[in-house]
Amino acid sequence: MAEYTKPLPEITAESRPFWEGCKRRQLLVQRCRACGARQHYPRGVCAACWSDDLEWLPSPGRGRVYSFTVTHRTQARGFRDELPYVLAWVELDEGVQVLTNLVGCDPEKVRIGMEVRVTFEDVNADVSIPRFTPA
Amino acid sequence: MTRAPLIAGVYEFPERKTAKSALEIQAISARAALADAGLAPKDVDGYFTVGTNPGVGPLATVDYLNLNPRYIDGTTIGGSSFVAHVNHAAAAIAEGRCRVALITYGSTSRSSGIAVGTRERIAGEYVDQFEGLYGISTVGLYALVAQRHMHVYGTTGAQLAEIAVACRRHAGLNPVALYREPITIDDVVRSPMISSPLHLLDCCVITDGGGAVVVVHPDLGRDLRKPPVRLLAGAEAIAHTAAGHRDYLVSAAAQTGPRALAEAGVSHDDIDMAMIYDSFTITVLVTLEDLGFCKKGDGGRFVEGGRLGLGGALPVNTDGGGLSSNHPGMRGIFLVIEAVKQLRGECGARQVPDCRVALVHGTGGTLGTRHSSATLILGAT
Ligand SMILES: [Zn+2]
Repeated sequence: MAEYTKPLPEITAESRPFWEGCKRRQLLVQRCRACGARQHYPRGVCAACWSDDLEWLPSPGRGRVYSFTVTHRTQARGFRDELPYVLAWVELDEGVQVLTNLVGCDPEKVRIGMEVRVTFEDVNADVSIPRFTPA
Repeated sequence: MTRAPLIAGVYEFPERKTAKSALEIQAISARAALADAGLAPKDVDGYFTVGTNPGVGPLATVDYLNLNPRYIDGTTIGGSSFVAHVNHAAAAIAEGRCRVALITYGSTSRSSGIAVGTRERIAGEYVDQFEGLYGISTVGLYALVAQRHMHVYGTTGAQLAEIAVACRRHAGLNPVALYREPITIDDVVRSPMISSPLHLLDCCVITDGGGAVVVVHPDLGRDLRKPPVRLLAGAEAIAHTAAGHRDYLVSAAAQTGPRALAEAGVSHDDIDMAMIYDSFTITVLVTLEDLGFCKKGDGGRFVEGGRLGLGGALPVNTDGGGLSSNHPGMRGIFLVIEAVKQLRGECGARQVPDCRVALVHGTGGTLGTRHSSATLILGAT
């Protein structure tokens, strides 16, 4: 595996289930058992009611591009060699937004509303990073 | 506010690239702003700044300036911080916690070679592990909003460019602005793409800089050197990722604008000029909509035809803005300084005629994830 030069997640106890899900190629979305709200990014409490009675539901990983930008100039680690690349907000079918990259497509062909699905990149033995690609 | 706190003195450090340190810039600016007010360093009993290092806020500047404040505020909410400081100073003064509040800012972004807009935007927060993996930069996180605004409302690059053109025209009338040569809409849309749909000339400049503002109790109004400016209203809000359920086309200005206008008891037609944080052209467009100067989505048409230029219906960023005059990383203090100078009638070639009421709006953070808004309404005396 080539050395991964982009930033890596600093995984904590709070976020570990999410990253373990990614390792299994499952995108997990938290749902609150107290009020039913779904949320991303994952956290120790429900953002809607502050209950800590949360469950992790596997997402089908499908959604649409909410917005995107094709980056042509950046100082971001590991991305300078990959210009241009696509940064995007994807809205999952479950209704939560995920900040991500769109990969496996011509940046100039990306459109808002385009259907996408999750894909995982194994960047080292412990970490797989979710990104999205045209469905 | 019948007994409105007063902005008694202001100073903008004029250099855009300097050999001076961020602390020296603040000392020079504080001395000049107090002189502008007719006050002395010993009169300062409240102090407000974001600080030069994370975590310890005003400690280093208070030490360097040898101040002894009895009220201290290190609120740091991005570039709007200094606008919020004015609001906080007013509250502290109204409560009797201090009578002469000094706000300072200094930065050497340009001489330190900091690429403010395109550097990796990672702050050391929990959320970095979900956002910081994807090549985020400040410009990219504003571009996400610009792209969606174009998609939903049909806003064009040429309309965004109108904002940059207006600022550059104003910069031509400001002897200390960084870029003063006129530009056209074509120049903007043909400048290199940084993060689509934002071009180079949609982005603020990078400079050194700083300044200071002095806010005082209304009882001191008689003793000041210049006619003070009244703080008629202040409002603050933060808009964020909302656990994944956010409308990114609506900024926190939609909360602060109506509150500030209602508190001041003024309408949009009463506003003679506005200082709107212009990190990027899209920042101004979305802010004007959310403040209610036009309907949501009509911002593109609103800024057309030179409306934001001197002589237009709503002159904006008469100093040239962050887009052409200066942006050392956090621009909020300059919004306050220019509005005060306009209300005092000191702006010479770029003076808005008969300027009685000004609106100041700061945006800090990024529109595409989380940001703060701070709005002030200022009135001439
Ligand atoms: Zn809940």
